[in-house]
Amino acid sequence: MSEKEIVRFQIDGLKVEAEKGQMLLPVALEYGFEIPHLCYHEAVSPYGACRLCLVEVTSGGRTRMTTSCNYPVDDGIEVATSTENVLRARRMILELLLARAPHSERVRAMAHSVGVEETRFRIIEEADGCILCGLCERVCREVVGANAITFVNRGDRREMAPPFWDPLACIACGACVYVCPTDCIKMEEQGDERTIVRWKRTLKMQPCKSCGKPFAPQFQLNWIIDQAQLPKDFYELCPVCRKQKK
Amino acid sequence: MHLKSPDDLERLRTRILEDRKAQEGKKGIVLCTGTGCRGAGALEVYEAFQKELGGKSAIEFTSTCCHGFCERGPITIIEPQGIFYQRVTPETVPQIIAETVKKGQVIDDLLYQDPATEQAIPAEQDIPFYKKQNRLVFGNNRLIDPTRIEDYLAVGGYQALAKALFDLSPEEIIAEVKRAGLRGRGGGGFPTGRKWESCRRAPGDVRYVICNCDEGDPGAYMDRSLMEGNPHSVLEGMIIGAYAIGSHEGYVYVRHEYPLAVENVGIAIEQAHKMGLLGKNILGSGFDFTIKISKGGGAFVAGESTALMASIEGYVAEPRAKHIHTVESGLWDKPTNLNNVETWANVPLIIERGAEWYGAIGTEGSKGTKIFSLVGKINNTGLIEVPMGMTLREIVYDIGGGIPDGKRFKAVQTGGPSGGCIPEDMLDLPVDFDALTGAGSMMGSGGMIVMDESTCMVDVAKYFMHFLKDESCGKCTSCRDGTLRMYEVLDAITKGEGKEGDIELLEEIGWATTEASLCALGGTAANPVLSTIRYFRDEYEAHIKDKRCPAGVCPALITYTIDPEACIACGKCRKECPTEAITGKKKVPHEIDQAKCIKCGTCREVCPVDAVKVE
Repeated sequence: MSEKEIVRFQIDGLKVEAEKGQMLLPVALEYGFEIPHLCYHEAVSPYGACRLCLVEVTSGGRTRMTTSCNYPVDDGIEVATSTENVLRARRMILELLLARAPHSERVRAMAHSVGVEETRFRIIEEADGCILCGLCERVCREVVGANAITFVNRGDRREMAPPFWDPLACIACGACVYVCPTDCIKMEEQGDERTIVRWKRTLKMQPCKSCGKPFAPQFQLNWIIDQAQLPKDFYELCPVCRKQKK
Repeated sequence: MHLKSPDDLERLRTRILEDRKAQEGKKGIVLCTGTGCRGAGALEVYEAFQKELGGKSAIEFTSTCCHGFCERGPITIIEPQGIFYQRVTPETVPQIIAETVKKGQVIDDLLYQDPATEQAIPAEQDIPFYKKQNRLVFGNNRLIDPTRIEDYLAVGGYQALAKALFDLSPEEIIAEVKRAGLRGRGGGGFPTGRKWESCRRAPGDVRYVICNCDEGDPGAYMDRSLMEGNPHSVLEGMIIGAYAIGSHEGYVYVRHEYPLAVENVGIAIEQAHKMGLLGKNILGSGFDFTIKISKGGGAFVAGESTALMASIEGYVAEPRAKHIHTVESGLWDKPTNLNNVETWANVPLIIERGAEWYGAIGTEGSKGTKIFSLVGKINNTGLIEVPMGMTLREIVYDIGGGIPDGKRFKAVQTGGPSGGCIPEDMLDLPVDFDALTGAGSMMGSGGMIVMDESTCMVDVAKYFMHFLKDESCGKCTSCRDGTLRMYEVLDAITKGEGKEGDIELLEEIGWATTEASLCALGGTAANPVLSTIRYFRDEYEAHIKDKRCPAGVCPALITYTIDPEACIACGKCRKECPTEAITGKKKVPHEIDQAKCIKCGTCREVCPVDAVKVE
């Protein structure tokens, strides 16, 4: 039996429990509370950049607004997920984000849910839909291990880019495409080439030895073979043919 | 010489003092070559003295760092009389040596003249700028060549360390610092003793102490000058702190734009090592402690404690959530105690003279003195050290000498870029941590920018917001985009494009920036906007509703005209105008063609009779 310490606390008056050390947002979501979030993903560590998952936490007699994605739960805390202050902050944040990603369905829907339909701010065209949540960077570093994307610059000049704007470490796996909450990272396949448009990375794909269809970038396959120390011919077949062979 | 015991230290000190006593009354020259005086040409003066003296030992020549009265630099003091010479040039050096040093004659032209009484004042201590100060921490700069550890020992240096290591337990030191009421000088004002205690109690074998010398406020340079001028006082504080906390490794984090601070603290660390005041078995106490220098790249946000630690670790300086405090999990996830330069420099004083003595200085909630950099529209620009609780009025008028050119005081901005602007009717506010926060500003690390009637408060808010939108790390939406949008709204207002509702929009963004951001940068970033709206709302309204800049600053909202009655047709403005917008002849009053005028203000500056009006 593992000895997991259980903590008990309240969310919007409901008594809940969780393992000590767990972060508040996933616990609250598990219990069915609706807390909007864009920079959180269960596959990677929390970062607290978008600030949408703000809640008010009362602990030791003090109440303060904090992001729930990186707040470790504790015994006896009282969490309020939709106070006037939380909603007020959320409305402003969504208005700010709308100006970065005006075409994102997800951001628009979230904004709509708190009564924000339009933004009063100049649209930042050069953001090209990116809200700087950093999920692409985290998934690339923590899950894939390729470290092909990073934050560049600070302040209002901040952007997501390959280090030194040179995508040489990108294996075009598409994890960033999958995880991006605003769909601003696109993947295109044409003939035997795959391109991650945002990072300007185009790689040649390997044809399947059996069916001849290109199925994954050679660079990526070699990288995985290297990392996992697999036999050199491990990836000769595409996933479909591999299944049939089995 | 390697000191193996407190007795060794005292023997060395006695020897240094005896040597100096034997030379008492000896002729000497003290030249400030701190950054401020260097800017005014102190290095050329230094070379002139070197050349003129030619290594003669009969005259002691000392180069120190900042004395504080930077407005009057380069500053030279002639010993033993203590004659204070200001704005010294290389050309005056031979005269100083020939007349003052050799014959004891005072050169009136080089003395400071009190603008109020028009009296020339020969002695440093009689100058009003210095009179009301209490220079406990900063005063020794004047007596110390920072590259000579002997100078620090001569003023009692490392005495507190010996006392701490041999007469006090770590717990007693922490209790003493707590009783003294020392609060962090970096901005937050957190009680230092409590921080030390939490760090000492945090579980773990390895602990770090850090000195934060990442001062990045525009116009503020007190940490820099202290580190440049008296690095050993900072090191001594750090060693005492490390002993109290139970740390054996420390870092001085200093921005690379402070090359002299980097150099001088590097020399000081090396000297302290050689003498056995750093390293293994300090003074034979069995306590080990080393200090490394970590140079920062100069991001303003790197002064935030968690960002600073990330930077030392080699990552981008970006703050992280502090649900777990850095005293428990800081640098490399080890318990870490970080204090500011000035905080560390206060520690030896407290240990040496005791908590009672220290606690008697200052106010109920803020003990001791505070160094401020007094800049902007003020006569006596420089670094000052005053007891907590002194009023802004005393600082601005008695020490600062008031506003130049007979202009009217408008506001003082305290606390750095994310501080607030305090208006004239609050000049009697006592300066301490809590009073400043109550007034919508903050202590910050001690910047004080004085503004007069010719300062536009909307323009000021825009300036700071421009700085902050650049210097936000960019992580939190509310800070990165909040500061950007406040800047954009302010920019539009100053360009005459302000709309009804803009003030409310600024308040709305400001609130969200304050409440929703992670670190203190975002948490205070809206202060310049919110405090100027709070105290100078009418000025915002004039810009938005009347399309008028009452201070005559915002180019889009002002017009320059020449008063034909006052114009003497001298032609100066016509010649200087960069766009040839001014017409006129001899004996014919000049006129400005508004279509051509770019509102640079040159005509107004050069007009000898103030005939150029701005509205």
